Amino acid sequence: MILSDGGRTIEAAVPLVKVDNLSVDFKTRNGIVHAVRDVSFELMKGKTLGIVGESGSGKSVTSYALMRILDAAGYIAGGRVRFSSIDIGAATEAEMRDLRGREISMVFQSPRLALNPIRKVGHQIEDVLRQHLQASAANARQKAIEALRHVRINNPEERYHSYPFELSGGMCQRIVIALALACRPQLMIADEPTTGLDVTTQKAVMDLMADLTREHGMATILITHDLGLAASYCDDLIVMKDGEVVESAPAEVLFKAPRHPYTRKLIRATPHGTGTIRELLPEDSPLANRPVPASPKSAEHKTTPILAVKNLVKEYPMKASAARRRGEPAPVFRAVDDISFSVGHGESVGLVGESGCGKSTISAMAMRLLDPTSGSIVFQGQDIGAIPAGRFATSEQRPRLQMVFQDPTDSLNPRFSAARSIADPIRRMGKLGSARAIAERVEQLAELVGFPAHLLDRFPHQLSGGQKARVGIARAIAVDPALLVLDEPTAALDVSVQAVVLNLLVDLRARLNMSYLFVSHDLSVVRLLCDRVIVMKQGRIGEQGDCETVLEHPTNPYTKALIEAIPHPNF
Amino acid sequence: MAKVKTKSSLVLGRVVQAIPTLIGVIVVAFLLTRALPGDPAVYFAGPAATAESIEQVRVALGLDKSMPEQFLIYCRDLMTGNLGESISTGQPVLSDVMSRLPASLELTLTALLLSIGVALPLGILAATQPGTWIDHLCRLIVTAGVSLPVFFTGLLLVYVLYYLLGIAPSPLGRLDFIYLSPPQVTGFYVFDALIAGDAETALAALRQLVLPAMTLGLFTLAPIARMTRAAMLQALGSEFIRTARAAGLGWTKVLFAYALRNALLPIVTTLGMVFSFMLGANVLVEKVFAWPGIGSYAVEALVVSDYAAVQGFVLTMAILFVTINLLIDLAYTAIDPRVGFDG
Repeated sequence: MILSDGGRTIEAAVPLVKVDNLSVDFKTRNGIVHAVRDVSFELMKGKTLGIVGESGSGKSVTSYALMRILDAAGYIAGGRVRFSSIDIGAATEAEMRDLRGREISMVFQSPRLALNPIRKVGHQIEDVLRQHLQASAANARQKAIEALRHVRINNPEERYHSYPFELSGGMCQRIVIALALACRPQLMIADEPTTGLDVTTQKAVMDLMADLTREHGMATILITHDLGLAASYCDDLIVMKDGEVVESAPAEVLFKAPRHPYTRKLIRATPHGTGTIRELLPEDSPLANRPVPASPKSAEHKTTPILAVKNLVKEYPMKASAARRRGEPAPVFRAVDDISFSVGHGESVGLVGESGCGKSTISAMAMRLLDPTSGSIVFQGQDIGAIPAGRFATSEQRPRLQMVFQDPTDSLNPRFSAARSIADPIRRMGKLGSARAIAERVEQLAELVGFPAHLLDRFPHQLSGGQKARVGIARAIAVDPALLVLDEPTAALDVSVQAVVLNLLVDLRARLNMSYLFVSHDLSVVRLLCDRVIVMKQGRIGEQGDCETVLEHPTNPYTKALIEAIPHPNF
Repeated sequence: MAKVKTKSSLVLGRVVQAIPTLIGVIVVAFLLTRALPGDPAVYFAGPAATAESIEQVRVALGLDKSMPEQFLIYCRDLMTGNLGESISTGQPVLSDVMSRLPASLELTLTALLLSIGVALPLGILAATQPGTWIDHLCRLIVTAGVSLPVFFTGLLLVYVLYYLLGIAPSPLGRLDFIYLSPPQVTGFYVFDALIAGDAETALAALRQLVLPAMTLGLFTLAPIARMTRAAMLQALGSEFIRTARAAGLGWTKVLFAYALRNALLPIVTTLGMVFSFMLGANVLVEKVFAWPGIGSYAVEALVVSDYAAVQGFVLTMAILFVTINLLIDLAYTAIDPRVGFDG
């Protein structure tokens, strides 16, 4: 097609994917749920489209409908999906099966779960190649190894025999991409491809996907909750909310001049390296214009820290039968390698690093849930590191040192109502005796964290993510702790909910005069909440200092790499 | 290469682990039979015995010695394969057990094959079509299987298939009395008859097997079908199944190579449990069908305080249990590459 039509070729005018008024319904016990309503978009060959939205927005369902791999309860209720010249809604199952993997393929989130755990990765790639007649029994193996090499996996001949559990998360995602690209499809759908990966791995995976799709002239749909990521890698963006498209525009236009209030809210809520914590909230929120309370630093802030950790070491034994036979001492893995730091009264210290850097081990030891191999942990003048973790629960310092856990769902007892979860530590450690006094205290705490009192009788599965996070926080502050350890408290939350929870944490700290040890993988979140930051790598401290200094002028190359890996669009 | 090595050493380690269990079993079998109520010497001296003749019997049985001494003698006998003599049958316990164990094994294995043959497809179908009639049928059979006691289903089958319809042969033992039992090779009548080239006897033995095997199979069908359904449902809901579907893999490939292989672990566990359970618990079936198995042998021995026979039974069962568990663990390592590496 070289026919020209006003400077554009006609071929370019025929979209590869054209979705018109697509609706997807799910049959549930409580009736029909309209998961996706009236969604329309088109995607040209070789272009990249980002679908952005928070959980429950219908972004994943839209993409599943494109491939017709919805759950049994879901079905296309209306509208039309066209791929090239094929009507997806009307195609037979056999036709769809030919299309899947060969013309349209998909990269999923949580790559480790997306691979068959008990099948060699090489065989899984072969399965796809053989299914679509891209390889015969004779050359399947060689083609699978080629596919592995294509996604830049070292030693592909050896990796061919690996099982997913033997590979890192980033490596697994490369395998999933190899699987998706094995048959050179025209369209690749990536559904939150980097969720659960470290930022530096995320960058490597995204760059790899961008390179490969460009190389083959493929079209890509990137589904993500991360506006920054979408804007960095996509030509056009669609923002979805509650199953509907609220705004669609070229990435730059949408990012610079968002029209819809929800888009504006999302952009504001995404931490991006500048601005205050209040600026995460929507403009019309009453909180947004309140000043950020200063850290409640007292006079003794500098002199006597509330928590002082000295030469902390945690070693784990490694499997060592060979060494033992030779009579050598068993090798150990140093998860935490001689760490010293302190948290001042009323200060917030961020502990940042990628998975496996030892930050969670440190927080568990500081919380006295885990015994250190050596070193001291001095809390309010007492060496609590000397008290075994098993007996610390009955120590009088226990209520002074509390924790908010990472997953708001998993950290709540599913059979406890919200009120009982909050009341539990008061019953065990508090001074309040009567049931009425406890109930009053629970209501007071609920109000403090902004948890609606009428929901107190509900169980975790009846609450939203943000509400569960509030219960977790209320439970932690129920016994008036002096130091709160926060282990990625917002990692599992949508950005708009994260914005609210972070603001709540800032206000609570001022109101209750607490100190925070904030564990996170996200430097831009740490910047908003903390005074100081400690960057960790492989069990050691890479760099520490004031947040502003470290983030603006990092001296350590690893800190630099971390900051550079945060996705931010170049416009 | 390194991986192959670890795998074989893993298997070897598991086999070695079975040894302490066996030693424990030997000790427990000894203590258990000594703790049985009743004095075997009194029983075997007969109703007209005097205190003197009872004492004679006691000495003859070695029961007058101290416990540690008795234990040593028992261990020494075990080494030579001597399990003692059954006082009620007058035969060596070993030969008693050896002649009756194949009967039980033949019945149990046939029943197990029968119930796997029905339960596995049923569970898979129910899992692939939840909420449909096949799922409800599966639930009905499972409920019936667990709630109807074997002696009832056994009698019901005998009543319907033998008495009313006359399809099945009379429920009396392993072979109708008009046939001679085939020369023993494996101890399984059907195989032995086939080896001897006697197709008619083989068929007759098979016909005798059908009713008791159905009875037992119906009972064991429930746990297997239920576990298959649950494990398949879980496997089919996994994310790697979605990946496989998104890659366009065919339905059979997804169902068998991806879902079923992953669902196999809990199913194999259930199979092992069911098999062990059947071996010991088919006493009732053996009684109903006059099956000369090891279960009925043990019950008879227990009633008359025939401690050597009981001891032999306990030992045989325990060794079988240990072997089965060993086989299941080895099956795990064959099915799941993660076994032994993530711990």
